[in-house]
Amino acid sequence: MNFKFFRISVLILLVNFIFTSNSFAFKPRKEEWKPKDTTNFVSKFYKENENCLKCHGQKVYEYSNESQGTTIRHNMNIERVINRDIFYQSNHKSFKCTDCHSNEYSKFPHSGELRMEAIYNCIDCHGNDEKYAKFHFEEIEAEYQQSTHFKLEKDGFTCWKCHNPHTYQISIRNSENLKNTIAYDNSICLNCHSNFDKFQLLSDRDEINLIQKHEWLPNQTAHFQNVRCIECHTKTNDRILVAHMIMPKDSAVRKCNECHSQSSILMASLYKFKSKEQRKDGFFNGVMLNESYVIGANRNEYLNNFSLLIFALIIGVIGVHTFFRMIKVKSKSDES
Amino acid sequence: MSHKLYLYPKWIRLWHATNALMFIILIITGISMQYTDKETNYFIIRFDRAILLHNFAALIITISYILFVTGNVLTKNGKQYRIDWKKIWKELFIQFKFYSYGMFKSEPHPFPVTEERKFNPLQQFVYVLAMYIGMPLLIVSGVGLLFPEITIKGIFGISGLLLTDVLHITMGFFLSIFMIIHLYTCTLGSKPTTLFKGMITGYHEADEH
Repeated sequence: MNFKFFRISVLILLVNFIFTSNSFAFKPRKEEWKPKDTTNFVSKFYKENENCLKCHGQKVYEYSNESQGTTIRHNMNIERVINRDIFYQSNHKSFKCTDCHSNEYSKFPHSGELRMEAIYNCIDCHGNDEKYAKFHFEEIEAEYQQSTHFKLEKDGFTCWKCHNPHTYQISIRNSENLKNTIAYDNSICLNCHSNFDKFQLLSDRDEINLIQKHEWLPNQTAHFQNVRCIECHTKTNDRILVAHMIMPKDSAVRKCNECHSQSSILMASLYKFKSKEQRKDGFFNGVMLNESYVIGANRNEYLNNFSLLIFALIIGVIGVHTFFRMIKVKSKSDES
Repeated sequence: MSHKLYLYPKWIRLWHATNALMFIILIITGISMQYTDKETNYFIIRFDRAILLHNFAALIITISYILFVTGNVLTKNGKQYRIDWKKIWKELFIQFKFYSYGMFKSEPHPFPVTEERKFNPLQQFVYVLAMYIGMPLLIVSGVGLLFPEITIKGIFGISGLLLTDVLHITMGFFLSIFMIIHLYTCTLGSKPTTLFKGMITGYHEADEH
Protein backbone atom coordinates (compact mmCIF):
# COMPACT_ATOMS: atom_id res chain seq x y z
CA MET A 1 0.00 0.00 0.00
CA ASN A 2 2.73 2.38 0.98
CA PHE A 3 4.65 1.40 -2.11
CA LYS A 4 1.63 2.13 -4.27
CA PHE A 5 1.22 5.52 -2.59
CA PHE A 6 4.92 6.14 -3.17
CA ARG A 7 4.61 5.24 -6.86
CA ILE A 8 1.60 7.53 -7.36
CA SER A 9 3.36 10.36 -5.54
CA VAL A 10 6.45 9.96 -7.70
CA LEU A 11 4.27 9.91 -10.82
CA ILE A 12 2.46 13.08 -9.77
CA LEU A 13 5.75 14.77 -8.98
CA LEU A 14 7.18 13.61 -12.28
CA VAL A 15 4.18 14.84 -14.25
CA ASN A 16 4.29 18.10 -12.38
CA PHE A 17 8.00 18.36 -13.03
CA ILE A 18 7.59 17.57 -16.69
CA PHE A 19 4.92 20.20 -17.21
CA THR A 20 6.40 22.93 -15.08
CA SER A 21 10.09 22.51 -15.54
CA ASN A 22 12.48 23.08 -18.35
CA SER A 23 12.32 19.50 -19.40
CA PHE A 24 10.42 20.97 -22.39
CA ALA A 25 12.95 22.65 -24.57
CA PHE A 26 11.50 25.24 -26.96
CA LYS A 27 12.97 25.52 -30.38
CA PRO A 28 12.02 28.42 -32.54
CA ARG A 29 10.70 27.14 -35.85
CA LYS A 30 12.68 29.70 -37.73
CA GLU A 31 15.88 31.58 -37.11
CA GLU A 32 15.90 33.69 -34.03
CA TRP A 33 13.91 36.86 -34.71
CA LYS A 34 15.76 40.13 -34.54
CA PRO A 35 14.56 43.61 -35.36
CA LYS A 36 15.07 44.31 -39.04
CA ASP A 37 17.23 47.13 -40.38
CA THR A 38 14.08 48.72 -41.73
CA THR A 39 12.26 48.59 -38.40
CA ASN A 40 11.97 52.11 -37.08
CA PHE A 41 10.96 51.11 -33.60
CA VAL A 42 12.92 48.65 -31.49
CA SER A 43 11.23 47.65 -28.28
CA LYS A 44 13.53 47.56 -25.28
CA PHE A 45 11.61 44.44 -24.31
CA TYR A 46 11.94 42.63 -27.59
CA LYS A 47 14.24 39.96 -26.15
CA GLU A 48 11.90 39.32 -23.25
CA ASN A 49 8.95 39.27 -25.60
CA GLU A 50 10.70 36.64 -27.68
CA ASN A 51 10.15 34.21 -24.82
CA CYS A 52 6.48 34.36 -25.77
CA LEU A 53 6.81 35.09 -29.46
CA LYS A 54 9.10 32.19 -30.22
CA CYS A 55 5.91 30.15 -30.01
CA HIS A 56 3.19 32.77 -30.41
CA GLY A 57 5.00 34.55 -33.23
CA GLN A 58 4.27 31.81 -35.76
CA LYS A 59 1.58 29.41 -36.77
CA VAL A 60 3.64 26.29 -35.91
CA TYR A 61 5.58 25.79 -32.74
CA GLU A 62 7.51 22.85 -31.39
CA TYR A 63 8.99 21.67 -28.18
CA SER A 64 11.00 18.64 -27.19
CA ASN A 65 9.91 16.27 -24.53
CA GLU A 66 13.32 15.55 -23.12
CA SER A 67 12.13 12.85 -20.78
CA GLN A 68 10.73 10.93 -23.75
CA GLY A 69 13.27 12.19 -26.23
CA THR A 70 10.63 13.33 -28.70
CA THR A 71 9.98 16.56 -30.52
CA ILE A 72 6.40 17.62 -30.62
CA ARG A 73 5.09 20.04 -33.21
CA HIS A 74 1.72 21.81 -33.04
CA ASN A 75 -0.26 24.40 -34.88
CA MET A 76 -0.68 27.52 -32.84
CA ASN A 77 -4.32 28.53 -32.37
CA ILE A 78 -4.65 31.29 -34.96
CA GLU A 79 -6.18 33.62 -32.37
CA ARG A 80 -3.05 33.26 -30.25
CA VAL A 81 -0.63 34.12 -33.05
CA ILE A 82 0.97 37.54 -32.70
CA ASN A 83 2.54 38.98 -35.81
CA ARG A 84 5.71 40.67 -34.57
CA ASP A 85 5.87 43.20 -37.41
CA ILE A 86 2.30 44.31 -36.82
CA PHE A 87 2.66 44.28 -33.03
CA TYR A 88 5.77 46.46 -33.15
CA GLN A 89 3.87 49.03 -35.21
CA SER A 90 0.79 48.99 -33.02
CA ASN A 91 -0.16 51.43 -30.29
CA HIS A 92 1.07 49.02 -27.63
CA LYS A 93 4.41 48.31 -29.30
CA SER A 94 6.46 49.53 -26.35
CA PHE A 95 4.87 47.07 -23.91
CA LYS A 96 6.25 43.79 -22.80
CA CYS A 97 3.87 40.85 -22.93
CA THR A 98 3.76 40.47 -19.17
CA ASP A 99 2.71 44.09 -18.69
CA CYS A 100 -0.78 42.88 -19.55
CA HIS A 101 -0.49 39.12 -19.22
CA SER A 102 0.34 37.24 -16.05
CA ASN A 103 3.95 36.40 -15.29
CA GLU A 104 2.69 32.87 -14.84
CA TYR A 105 2.61 32.62 -18.63
CA SER A 106 6.38 32.28 -18.54
CA LYS A 107 5.79 28.66 -17.49
CA PHE A 108 4.88 26.07 -20.09
CA PRO A 109 2.47 24.46 -20.45
CA HIS A 110 0.43 27.43 -19.29
CA SER A 111 -1.88 26.79 -16.42
CA GLY A 112 -5.50 26.38 -17.49
CA GLU A 113 -6.53 28.80 -14.75
CA LEU A 114 -4.73 31.59 -16.55
CA ARG A 115 -7.45 31.53 -19.17
CA MET A 116 -9.85 32.68 -16.49
CA GLU A 117 -7.87 35.74 -15.52
CA ALA A 118 -9.60 39.03 -16.08
CA ILE A 119 -8.29 40.96 -19.05
CA TYR A 120 -7.85 44.70 -19.02
CA ASN A 121 -10.19 46.97 -20.89
CA CYS A 122 -9.06 50.26 -22.41
CA ILE A 123 -10.45 52.27 -19.55
CA ASP A 124 -8.48 50.25 -16.97
CA CYS A 125 -5.24 51.77 -18.17
CA HIS A 126 -6.35 54.86 -20.05
CA GLY A 127 -9.11 56.09 -17.77
CA ASN A 128 -8.58 59.14 -15.58
CA ASP A 129 -5.07 59.62 -16.84
CA GLU A 130 -3.99 63.12 -17.75
CA LYS A 131 -1.61 61.77 -20.34
CA TYR A 132 -4.56 60.41 -22.30
CA ALA A 133 -7.02 63.17 -21.41
CA LYS A 134 -7.14 64.44 -25.00
CA PHE A 135 -8.56 61.09 -26.14
CA HIS A 136 -11.52 61.36 -23.71
CA PHE A 137 -11.54 57.67 -22.84
CA GLU A 138 -14.14 58.23 -20.13
CA GLU A 139 -16.50 59.71 -22.71
CA ILE A 140 -15.74 56.83 -25.08
CA GLU A 141 -16.51 54.34 -22.31
CA ALA A 142 -19.79 56.13 -21.54
CA GLU A 143 -20.75 56.01 -25.23
CA TYR A 144 -19.77 52.37 -25.51
CA GLN A 145 -22.00 51.53 -22.58
CA GLN A 146 -24.95 52.97 -24.50
CA SER A 147 -24.00 51.27 -27.73
CA THR A 148 -25.60 48.20 -29.18
CA HIS A 149 -22.28 46.36 -28.78
CA PHE A 150 -22.39 46.79 -25.01
CA LYS A 151 -25.48 44.58 -24.89
CA LEU A 152 -23.20 41.74 -26.02
CA GLU A 153 -20.72 42.21 -23.21
CA LYS A 154 -22.30 39.38 -21.22
CA ASP A 155 -21.53 37.16 -24.22
CA GLY A 156 -17.92 38.21 -24.28
CA PHE A 157 -17.84 41.49 -26.18
CA THR A 158 -15.00 43.76 -25.08
CA CYS A 159 -13.08 46.75 -26.42
CA TRP A 160 -10.60 44.24 -27.84
CA LYS A 161 -13.13 42.87 -30.32
CA CYS A 162 -12.63 46.02 -32.34
CA HIS A 163 -9.34 47.30 -30.98
CA ASN A 164 -7.08 44.27 -31.00
CA PRO A 165 -4.42 45.19 -28.42
CA HIS A 166 -1.71 43.44 -30.42
CA THR A 167 -2.44 45.14 -33.71
CA TYR A 168 -4.53 48.28 -33.24
CA GLN A 169 -3.20 51.62 -34.39
CA ILE A 170 -4.93 54.95 -34.29
CA SER A 171 -5.24 55.87 -37.91
CA ILE A 172 -7.26 59.05 -38.40
CA ARG A 173 -4.76 61.19 -36.47
CA ASN A 174 -1.72 59.69 -38.17
CA SER A 175 -2.83 58.98 -41.69
CA GLU A 176 -1.98 61.27 -44.53
CA ASN A 177 -4.23 59.25 -46.77
CA LEU A 178 -7.86 59.30 -45.76
CA LYS A 179 -8.69 56.32 -47.97
CA ASN A 180 -6.23 54.14 -46.03
CA THR A 181 -7.87 55.23 -42.79
CA ILE A 182 -11.30 54.40 -44.17
CA ALA A 183 -10.16 50.95 -45.31
CA TYR A 184 -8.41 50.28 -41.99
CA ASP A 185 -11.36 51.38 -39.87
CA ASN A 186 -13.85 49.45 -41.99
CA SER A 187 -11.73 46.32 -41.71
CA ILE A 188 -12.30 46.48 -37.97
CA CYS A 189 -16.07 46.18 -38.49
CA LEU A 190 -15.77 43.63 -41.27
CA ASN A 191 -13.54 41.46 -39.12
CA CYS A 192 -16.73 40.22 -37.43
CA HIS A 193 -19.55 41.46 -39.63
CA SER A 194 -18.27 39.78 -42.77
CA ASN A 195 -16.79 36.78 -41.02
CA PHE A 196 -19.59 34.55 -39.79
CA ASP A 197 -17.18 32.29 -37.87
CA LYS A 198 -16.38 35.23 -35.64
CA PHE A 199 -19.80 36.80 -35.77
CA GLN A 200 -21.56 33.76 -34.36
CA LEU A 201 -19.29 33.79 -31.31
CA LEU A 202 -21.28 36.78 -30.12
CA SER A 203 -24.61 36.57 -31.89
CA ASP A 204 -27.33 34.06 -32.63
CA ARG A 205 -28.42 35.99 -35.70
CA ASP A 206 -28.24 34.43 -39.13
CA GLU A 207 -25.37 35.35 -41.40
CA ILE A 208 -25.71 38.86 -42.80
CA ASN A 209 -25.02 39.62 -46.42
CA LEU A 210 -23.69 43.16 -46.16
CA ILE A 211 -23.89 43.80 -49.89
CA GLN A 212 -27.57 42.83 -49.95
CA LYS A 213 -28.32 44.79 -46.77
CA HIS A 214 -26.87 47.90 -48.38
CA GLU A 215 -28.48 47.39 -51.76
CA TRP A 216 -30.59 50.50 -51.26
CA LEU A 217 -27.43 52.61 -51.17
CA PRO A 218 -26.69 54.24 -54.55
CA ASN A 219 -23.12 53.81 -55.82
CA GLN A 220 -22.47 51.24 -53.12
CA THR A 221 -18.81 50.67 -54.05
CA ALA A 222 -18.05 54.39 -54.00
CA HIS A 223 -19.67 54.69 -50.57
CA PHE A 224 -17.81 51.71 -49.14
CA GLN A 225 -14.50 53.11 -50.38
CA ASN A 226 -15.09 56.65 -49.25
CA VAL A 227 -16.84 56.50 -45.91
CA ARG A 228 -16.47 54.39 -42.82
CA CYS A 229 -19.23 52.12 -41.54
CA ILE A 230 -19.34 54.21 -38.36
CA GLU A 231 -20.34 57.34 -40.28
CA CYS A 232 -23.85 55.93 -40.63
CA HIS A 233 -23.93 53.47 -37.75
CA THR A 234 -22.90 55.70 -34.85
CA LYS A 235 -24.34 58.77 -33.27
CA THR A 236 -21.85 61.60 -33.71
CA ASN A 237 -20.49 63.30 -30.64
CA ASP A 238 -18.66 66.61 -30.76
CA ARG A 239 -16.65 65.86 -27.65
CA ILE A 240 -14.79 62.84 -29.02
CA LEU A 241 -13.03 62.28 -32.31
CA VAL A 242 -14.50 58.89 -33.11
CA ALA A 243 -18.06 58.21 -32.02
CA HIS A 244 -18.45 54.91 -30.16
CA MET A 245 -22.19 54.77 -29.72
CA ILE A 246 -22.99 52.11 -32.28
CA MET A 247 -26.71 52.34 -32.92
CA PRO A 248 -29.16 49.54 -33.67
CA LYS A 249 -29.45 48.99 -37.42
CA ASP A 250 -32.87 50.65 -37.57
CA SER A 251 -31.33 53.92 -36.39
CA ALA A 252 -28.57 53.99 -39.01
CA VAL A 253 -28.37 56.97 -41.33
CA ARG A 254 -30.42 56.37 -44.45
CA LYS A 255 -31.17 59.89 -45.63
CA CYS A 256 -28.73 60.93 -48.35
CA ASN A 257 -28.71 64.56 -47.33
CA GLU A 258 -27.44 63.76 -43.84
CA CYS A 259 -24.08 63.70 -45.64
CA HIS A 260 -24.86 65.36 -48.96
CA SER A 261 -25.90 68.72 -47.58
CA GLN A 262 -24.31 71.88 -46.36
CA SER A 263 -24.21 70.74 -42.73
CA SER A 264 -22.98 67.26 -43.61
CA ILE A 265 -22.52 64.92 -40.65
CA LEU A 266 -19.22 63.91 -42.23
CA MET A 267 -17.78 67.17 -40.95
CA ALA A 268 -18.58 65.90 -37.45
CA SER A 269 -17.15 62.46 -38.10
CA LEU A 270 -14.84 61.42 -40.94
CA TYR A 271 -13.51 64.89 -41.70
CA LYS A 272 -13.60 66.18 -38.14
CA PHE A 273 -9.92 65.74 -37.36
CA LYS A 274 -8.57 67.01 -40.66
CA SER A 275 -10.97 69.90 -40.85
CA LYS A 276 -10.06 70.89 -37.30
CA GLU A 277 -6.40 70.84 -38.25
CA GLN A 278 -7.07 72.87 -41.36
CA ARG A 279 -9.37 75.30 -39.60
CA LYS A 280 -6.32 76.29 -37.56
CA ASP A 281 -5.12 77.79 -40.83
CA GLY A 282 -8.53 79.25 -41.53
CA PHE A 283 -9.24 76.83 -44.35
CA PHE A 284 -12.61 75.35 -43.53
CA ASN A 285 -13.88 72.49 -45.65
CA GLY A 286 -10.48 72.19 -47.32
CA VAL A 287 -10.26 68.46 -46.73
CA MET A 288 -13.46 67.91 -48.63
CA LEU A 289 -12.31 70.06 -51.48
CA ASN A 290 -8.96 68.38 -51.87
CA GLU A 291 -9.41 64.75 -50.97
CA SER A 292 -12.96 63.56 -50.78
CA TYR A 293 -15.41 65.84 -52.44
CA VAL A 294 -18.90 65.12 -51.20
CA ILE A 295 -21.57 66.17 -53.65
CA GLY A 296 -23.86 68.66 -51.99
CA ALA A 297 -21.77 69.07 -48.87
CA ASN A 298 -19.45 71.70 -50.24
CA ARG A 299 -20.66 75.17 -50.85
CA ASN A 300 -18.50 77.78 -52.43
CA GLU A 301 -19.86 80.98 -50.96
CA TYR A 302 -18.22 83.13 -53.65
CA LEU A 303 -19.87 81.08 -56.40
CA ASN A 304 -23.22 81.21 -54.58
CA ASN A 305 -23.06 84.98 -54.17
CA PHE A 306 -21.87 85.46 -57.74
CA SER A 307 -24.76 83.41 -59.10
CA LEU A 308 -27.24 85.37 -57.01
CA LEU A 309 -25.75 88.60 -58.34
CA ILE A 310 -26.10 87.44 -61.96
CA PHE A 311 -29.65 86.28 -61.29
CA ALA A 312 -30.56 89.65 -59.71
CA LEU A 313 -28.98 91.51 -62.64
CA ILE A 314 -30.94 89.50 -65.19
CA ILE A 315 -34.20 90.02 -63.34
CA GLY A 316 -33.34 93.72 -63.03
CA VAL A 317 -32.65 94.10 -66.76
CA ILE A 318 -35.88 92.25 -67.62
CA GLY A 319 -37.74 94.49 -65.17
CA VAL A 320 -36.34 97.68 -66.72
CA HIS A 321 -37.00 96.38 -70.25
CA THR A 322 -40.60 95.48 -69.31
CA PHE A 323 -41.04 98.93 -67.77
CA PHE A 324 -40.01 100.69 -70.99
CA ARG A 325 -42.23 98.38 -73.03
CA MET A 326 -45.17 99.29 -70.84
CA ILE A 327 -44.40 102.99 -71.29
CA LYS A 328 -44.29 102.43 -75.06
CA VAL A 329 -47.63 100.57 -75.04
CA LYS A 330 -49.16 103.31 -72.91
CA SER A 331 -47.88 106.13 -75.14
CA LYS A 332 -49.21 104.27 -78.21
CA SER A 333 -52.64 103.87 -76.66
CA ASP A 334 -52.60 107.54 -75.62
CA GLU A 335 -51.78 108.54 -79.21
CA SER A 336 -54.67 106.46 -80.56
CA MET B 1 -50.71 92.92 -91.97
CA SER B 2 -49.04 89.80 -90.79
CA HIS B 3 -48.32 86.66 -92.75
CA LYS B 4 -47.68 83.22 -91.36
CA LEU B 5 -44.59 81.12 -91.95
CA TYR B 6 -44.46 77.42 -91.17
CA LEU B 7 -41.14 77.36 -89.34
CA TYR B 8 -41.44 74.66 -86.74
CA PRO B 9 -42.20 71.16 -88.06
CA LYS B 10 -43.65 68.57 -85.74
CA TRP B 11 -40.35 66.98 -84.74
CA ILE B 12 -38.92 70.34 -83.65
CA ARG B 13 -42.05 71.18 -81.68
CA LEU B 14 -42.02 67.78 -80.05
CA TRP B 15 -38.33 68.08 -79.18
CA HIS B 16 -38.81 71.65 -77.94
CA ALA B 17 -41.75 70.70 -75.72
CA THR B 18 -39.89 67.71 -74.29
CA ASN B 19 -36.77 69.79 -73.75
CA ALA B 20 -38.72 72.58 -72.07
CA LEU B 21 -40.68 70.29 -69.78
CA MET B 22 -37.65 68.24 -68.78
CA PHE B 23 -35.56 71.34 -68.22
CA ILE B 24 -38.18 72.81 -65.90
CA ILE B 25 -38.21 69.53 -63.94
CA LEU B 26 -34.41 69.51 -63.85
CA ILE B 27 -34.23 73.10 -62.57
CA ILE B 28 -36.82 72.53 -59.85
CA THR B 29 -35.34 69.20 -58.70
CA GLY B 30 -31.80 70.57 -58.97
CA ILE B 31 -32.60 73.54 -56.75
CA SER B 32 -34.49 71.21 -54.42
CA MET B 33 -31.47 68.93 -54.01
CA GLN B 34 -29.11 71.87 -53.56
CA TYR B 35 -31.11 73.39 -50.74
CA THR B 36 -32.84 70.42 -49.08
CA ASP B 37 -33.16 70.91 -45.35
CA LYS B 38 -31.24 68.25 -43.44
CA GLU B 39 -33.82 67.99 -40.70
CA THR B 40 -36.96 67.83 -42.81
CA ASN B 41 -35.32 66.19 -45.86
CA TYR B 42 -37.44 68.57 -47.90
CA PHE B 43 -37.15 71.67 -50.08
CA ILE B 44 -39.84 72.05 -52.74
CA ILE B 45 -39.95 68.22 -52.99
CA ARG B 46 -38.54 65.38 -50.92
CA PHE B 47 -34.82 64.74 -51.45
CA ASP B 48 -35.08 61.12 -52.63
CA ARG B 49 -37.92 61.97 -55.01
CA ALA B 50 -35.94 64.95 -56.31
CA ILE B 51 -33.01 62.63 -57.14
CA LEU B 52 -35.28 60.12 -58.87
CA LEU B 53 -37.06 62.79 -60.89
CA HIS B 54 -33.81 64.58 -61.73
CA ASN B 55 -32.23 61.35 -63.01
CA PHE B 56 -35.36 60.44 -64.98
CA ALA B 57 -35.69 63.90 -66.57
CA ALA B 58 -31.94 63.89 -67.32
CA LEU B 59 -32.26 60.59 -69.17
CA ILE B 60 -35.18 61.87 -71.24
CA ILE B 61 -33.48 65.18 -72.04
CA THR B 62 -30.30 63.34 -73.08
CA ILE B 63 -32.22 61.11 -75.48
CA SER B 64 -34.12 64.16 -76.72
CA TYR B 65 -30.83 66.03 -77.20
CA ILE B 66 -29.36 63.17 -79.26
CA LEU B 67 -32.49 63.19 -81.44
CA PHE B 68 -32.22 66.99 -81.79
CA VAL B 69 -28.61 66.80 -82.99
CA THR B 70 -29.48 63.91 -85.30
CA GLY B 71 -32.43 65.90 -86.70
CA ASN B 72 -30.19 68.89 -87.31
CA VAL B 73 -27.67 66.73 -89.13
CA LEU B 74 -30.32 65.06 -91.28
CA THR B 75 -32.52 68.08 -92.08
CA LYS B 76 -31.88 71.62 -93.23
CA ASN B 77 -32.77 72.85 -89.73
CA GLY B 78 -29.10 72.40 -88.85
CA LYS B 79 -28.20 75.37 -91.09
CA GLN B 80 -30.02 77.69 -88.69
CA TYR B 81 -27.22 77.06 -86.19
CA ARG B 82 -24.35 77.85 -88.55
CA ILE B 83 -22.84 81.11 -87.45
CA ASP B 84 -21.25 83.39 -90.03
CA TRP B 85 -18.24 84.37 -87.96
CA LYS B 86 -17.32 87.23 -90.31
CA LYS B 87 -20.59 89.04 -89.67
CA ILE B 88 -21.73 87.81 -86.29
CA TRP B 89 -20.18 90.45 -83.98
CA LYS B 90 -21.50 93.33 -86.06
CA GLU B 91 -24.94 91.72 -86.34
CA LEU B 92 -25.01 90.98 -82.63
CA PHE B 93 -24.42 94.65 -81.94
CA ILE B 94 -27.22 95.67 -84.32
CA GLN B 95 -29.64 93.22 -82.69
CA PHE B 96 -28.59 94.28 -79.21
CA LYS B 97 -29.10 97.92 -80.15
CA PHE B 98 -32.57 97.07 -81.45
CA TYR B 99 -33.61 95.31 -78.21
CA SER B 100 -32.20 98.00 -75.98
CA TYR B 101 -33.23 101.08 -77.96
CA GLY B 102 -34.69 100.62 -81.44
CA MET B 103 -37.77 98.61 -80.53
CA PHE B 104 -38.91 101.39 -78.22
CA LYS B 105 -38.63 103.80 -81.13
CA SER B 106 -40.73 101.49 -83.33
CA GLU B 107 -37.78 100.86 -85.64
CA PRO B 108 -38.22 97.93 -88.04
CA HIS B 109 -36.76 94.58 -87.02
CA PRO B 110 -33.15 94.54 -88.34
CA PHE B 111 -33.29 90.80 -89.14
CA PRO B 112 -36.86 89.85 -90.10
CA VAL B 113 -37.76 86.18 -89.69
CA THR B 114 -37.66 84.17 -92.90
CA GLU B 115 -37.69 80.46 -93.64
CA GLU B 116 -33.97 80.66 -94.37
CA ARG B 117 -33.21 82.63 -91.21
CA LYS B 118 -35.47 81.73 -88.31
CA PHE B 119 -33.23 83.22 -85.67
CA ASN B 120 -31.95 86.73 -85.27
CA PRO B 121 -28.15 86.91 -84.65
CA LEU B 122 -28.55 87.16 -80.89
CA GLN B 123 -30.87 84.15 -80.82
CA GLN B 124 -28.58 82.18 -83.11
CA PHE B 125 -25.47 82.94 -81.06
CA VAL B 126 -27.10 82.15 -77.72
CA TYR B 127 -28.84 79.01 -79.02
CA VAL B 128 -25.54 77.67 -80.37
CA LEU B 129 -23.87 78.38 -77.03
CA ALA B 130 -26.73 76.73 -75.16
CA MET B 131 -27.29 73.70 -77.39
CA TYR B 132 -23.79 72.93 -78.64
CA ILE B 133 -21.65 73.94 -75.66
CA GLY B 134 -23.88 74.20 -72.59
CA MET B 135 -25.97 71.07 -73.10
CA PRO B 136 -23.08 68.69 -73.93
CA LEU B 137 -21.13 69.91 -70.89
CA LEU B 138 -24.23 69.59 -68.73
CA ILE B 139 -24.93 66.07 -69.97
CA VAL B 140 -21.33 64.85 -69.70
CA SER B 141 -20.88 66.29 -66.20
CA GLY B 142 -24.26 64.85 -65.20
CA VAL B 143 -23.19 61.39 -66.34
CA GLY B 144 -19.98 61.92 -64.33
CA LEU B 145 -22.00 62.63 -61.20
CA LEU B 146 -24.38 59.75 -61.83
CA PHE B 147 -21.44 57.34 -62.16
CA PRO B 148 -18.71 58.80 -59.91
CA GLU B 149 -16.57 55.70 -60.39
CA ILE B 150 -15.91 56.69 -64.02
CA THR B 151 -15.17 60.32 -63.18
CA ILE B 152 -11.55 61.41 -63.40
CA LYS B 153 -9.86 61.25 -59.99
CA GLY B 154 -8.40 64.71 -60.12
CA ILE B 155 -6.50 67.38 -62.00
CA PHE B 156 -3.56 69.16 -60.41
CA GLY B 157 -4.56 67.96 -56.98
CA ILE B 158 -8.16 69.14 -57.26
CA SER B 159 -10.82 66.45 -56.93
CA GLY B 160 -12.28 65.37 -60.27
CA LEU B 161 -15.67 65.06 -58.63
CA LEU B 162 -15.43 68.67 -57.45
CA LEU B 163 -14.65 69.90 -60.96
CA THR B 164 -17.46 67.80 -62.42
CA ASP B 165 -19.93 69.02 -59.81
CA VAL B 166 -18.96 72.69 -60.21
CA LEU B 167 -19.16 72.34 -64.00
CA HIS B 168 -22.60 70.73 -63.76
CA ILE B 169 -23.98 73.33 -61.37
CA THR B 170 -22.44 76.22 -63.32
CA MET B 171 -23.80 74.97 -66.64
CA GLY B 172 -27.17 74.27 -65.02
CA PHE B 173 -27.20 77.81 -63.68
CA PHE B 174 -26.29 79.44 -66.99
CA LEU B 175 -28.82 77.37 -68.91
CA SER B 176 -31.46 78.31 -66.32
CA ILE B 177 -30.57 81.97 -66.87
CA PHE B 178 -30.79 81.29 -70.62
CA MET B 179 -34.26 79.87 -70.12
CA ILE B 180 -35.44 82.92 -68.18
CA ILE B 181 -34.15 85.26 -70.89
CA HIS B 182 -35.53 82.95 -73.59
CA LEU B 183 -38.98 83.02 -71.97
CA TYR B 184 -38.83 86.79 -71.71
CA THR B 185 -37.69 87.38 -75.29
CA CYS B 186 -40.55 85.12 -76.40
CA THR B 187 -42.94 87.77 -75.10
CA LEU B 188 -41.51 90.25 -77.63
CA GLY B 189 -43.90 89.22 -80.42
CA SER B 190 -46.70 91.41 -81.73
CA LYS B 191 -48.55 90.29 -78.63
CA PRO B 192 -46.80 88.74 -75.60
CA THR B 193 -48.36 85.35 -76.44
CA THR B 194 -47.80 85.35 -80.22
CA LEU B 195 -44.43 83.59 -80.25
CA PHE B 196 -45.56 80.99 -77.70
CA LYS B 197 -48.52 80.15 -79.94
CA GLY B 198 -46.14 79.83 -82.89
CA MET B 199 -44.11 77.21 -81.08
CA ILE B 200 -47.31 75.24 -80.45
CA THR B 201 -48.92 75.54 -83.89
CA GLY B 202 -45.70 75.62 -85.91
CA TYR B 203 -46.70 78.88 -87.64
CA HIS B 204 -44.81 82.06 -87.01
CA GLU B 205 -46.45 85.46 -87.38
CA ALA B 206 -43.86 87.43 -89.29
CA ASP B 207 -44.38 90.94 -87.94
CA GLU B 208 -42.93 90.43 -84.47
CA HIS B 209 -40.37 92.72 -82.91
